[in-house]
Amino acid sequence: MGRLRVLIWKEFLELRQNPHLFGIVIVAPILQLTMLGYAATTDVKDVPVVVADGDRSSASRELVQRFEASRNFTIIDTVTTVSEIGPYLEDGSAWLALSIPAGYGADVAAGRPAVLQVVADGTDSNSTSAALGYATALVGGYARELLPAAAGSAGGIDARIRVWFNPELESRFFMIPGVLALVLLLVTANLAAMAIVREKEVGTLEQLNVTPLRRWELIVGKLLPYGLIGLIDILLVTAVAVFWFEVPLRGSFGLLLAISLLYVVSTLGLGLLVSTISDTQQQAMMTATFFFLMPMIYLSGFMTPIENMPTVIQWITYVIPLRYFLIIVRGIFLKGVGIEVLWPQVAALATWGLAVIALAVMRSSKRLN
Amino acid sequence: MRTILAVTRKELRQIRRDRRTLLIMAFVPALFLLVFGYALNFDVRHVALAVEDRDASPESRSLVSAFVNSGYFDFVAAVHSGAEAERLLDRNDARAVLVIPEGFGRTVTTGGTAPVQVIVNGDNANTATAVIGYATSILQTASAGLPGAATVQTLPVTMEPRVWYNPELRSPLFLVPGLIAYLTMLMSVTSTALSIVREKESGTIEQIRMAPVRTFPFILGKTLPYFVISLLSAALVFLASQALFGLPMRGNWLTLTAMLSIYLLGALGTGLLVSTISETQQVAFQIALLVSLLPTLMLSGFIFPIASMPAFLQGVTHVVPARYFLIALRGIVLKGTGAFQLLPEFGALAAYAGVMLGLASLRLARERA
Repeated sequence: MGRLRVLIWKEFLELRQNPHLFGIVIVAPILQLTMLGYAATTDVKDVPVVVADGDRSSASRELVQRFEASRNFTIIDTVTTVSEIGPYLEDGSAWLALSIPAGYGADVAAGRPAVLQVVADGTDSNSTSAALGYATALVGGYARELLPAAAGSAGGIDARIRVWFNPELESRFFMIPGVLALVLLLVTANLAAMAIVREKEVGTLEQLNVTPLRRWELIVGKLLPYGLIGLIDILLVTAVAVFWFEVPLRGSFGLLLAISLLYVVSTLGLGLLVSTISDTQQQAMMTATFFFLMPMIYLSGFMTPIENMPTVIQWITYVIPLRYFLIIVRGIFLKGVGIEVLWPQVAALATWGLAVIALAVMRSSKRLN
Repeated sequence: MRTILAVTRKELRQIRRDRRTLLIMAFVPALFLLVFGYALNFDVRHVALAVEDRDASPESRSLVSAFVNSGYFDFVAAVHSGAEAERLLDRNDARAVLVIPEGFGRTVTTGGTAPVQVIVNGDNANTATAVIGYATSILQTASAGLPGAATVQTLPVTMEPRVWYNPELRSPLFLVPGLIAYLTMLMSVTSTALSIVREKESGTIEQIRMAPVRTFPFILGKTLPYFVISLLSAALVFLASQALFGLPMRGNWLTLTAMLSIYLLGALGTGLLVSTISETQQVAFQIALLVSLLPTLMLSGFIFPIASMPAFLQGVTHVVPARYFLIALRGIVLKGTGAFQLLPEFGALAAYAGVMLGLASLRLARERA
């Protein structure tokens, strides 16, 4: 035990000698979280709209006023004919064009049905579907107000849609817990991998090998300081998420902390594995970045939901630990669920961590004998 | 000119010797496109739907089949209590729950109004918005077909949406160009980021210091081979996206090539600048990832619309070259935007490339002095 303490102390001394490390460990996660927290939003508001008002009546102005008053739309310009909207959509200055036909005011006054045309730029398919949804709801609501009061009493289905867990539909609440998972991975796996490969490159790993340290002591001693850094990052990032971005933490903080530590152990194991298959720091970074980090960003459900992916790709996601951890963090933060719901994910994460660590230890012992 | 080519020839020889890096540069982008292109998808289909049918009448069953036959919902379970529904939502086994009240069939056949509840898991705001849209329109259609609905008069104003450029609102058409910009940026920056610092570490920088070639021609000569490789690799990625994801090409090939070339020059220049300011390959790789990976992913409009970001972050996006390239790329392939309209984007990219290559040669000149 005394030997282990000495090794850990040595590792901390080494960390202190590296002035950039403070930045990487403390500043980078917070910077990434704030930047990603603000940038990672799929909410659609202030959609730029160009109006082609071929009617110029008080009725058409009233409709345009409805669009202007909604916080979902911003009118950027008003033209007269439909043919003039082309350039606005082409250069992207407007996403939506609202075309009001000539005679619209007269039709509405006389009770004849009037048809509005809305032309949308489909380039950003996601934002456009949302914008079209807002426009449909706005026009529908406006039309119902124009109806004579008696007609509203018809029977049928009264749709009552309720949203659970995130009633305001803030995309930030979904993305920020994901950023926590990503930042932890970036910090712990990369740092641990490079710390070990550096000793290999410099040749000091040989010296450690001839000390009376046992293999597990060597591994624990090298990884523990980075585990502590991971713990600090968990606390820091959770604090920023809860107090700055006001993401609701509905579940137990203790459970979040415990499972995050389990996750950090498995990412450290990943770092160890990367270090055993790399001879230089450059190889370690390349391997970690291109073969672990990128698939984790794209295939874990961080960016786009796994259920939208083709079946074959969905199978691949099962070997990605971030997949399980994302379900856990989002579950604890937004749904407030506990271990009774999350145990399959926790079990998968633990299995993954054990497998990676076992693999890394096996590789490293083969190498050194 | 001859000195530039001489440097190019020397660099080419070096690249040829390192087969592995050459293969990675040429084919990894296309491979990543294959996997990540399928994984990146916002189109919500196969929403897991649980049904709590308290009525069990022919009418309620036909409402359930209206949901299932829409193609958007997959029936996963019939539940009999609110607690059971809650458990399914908590475990992500269901994304939406349809609750049909007792007496639904009797009420709607006699012309009354029956409330139907849809509970939606809102954790992912984006998916939830789509689910709400599907459910609302299915319920509206079902409602209109009921006997009580016959008395409803047509609304005085209706909206007719038309979508340009991407009429089916397929999200791959939006996301794949982003992936192209991201992969080419990442590969170009990492390929040059190590080129000069490697010479520093191995000491061959001394020979460059002595060589009878001025700094700017030297930089150009070093960039040229990587430029050709990146261009070929980007062409491969582009053709693959047309074949795999049906990306159209509505604009001019020449405009696209010009835009791509100036974008690649900027990316290669960024790598060179990183390489001249770094002392070790490890630092160079870290900085290269920091300046290329995160900004191109988060701040370019690749996935998250720039218009939805807070003002200060929108300001930051103006120094991200991928922002301009994405406007140009999406414009050319989806809208058929002409060269003249894209002059501002071309100007911005050219300025970026000029600044990067200029700064890189300034730094290197100081190093050689």
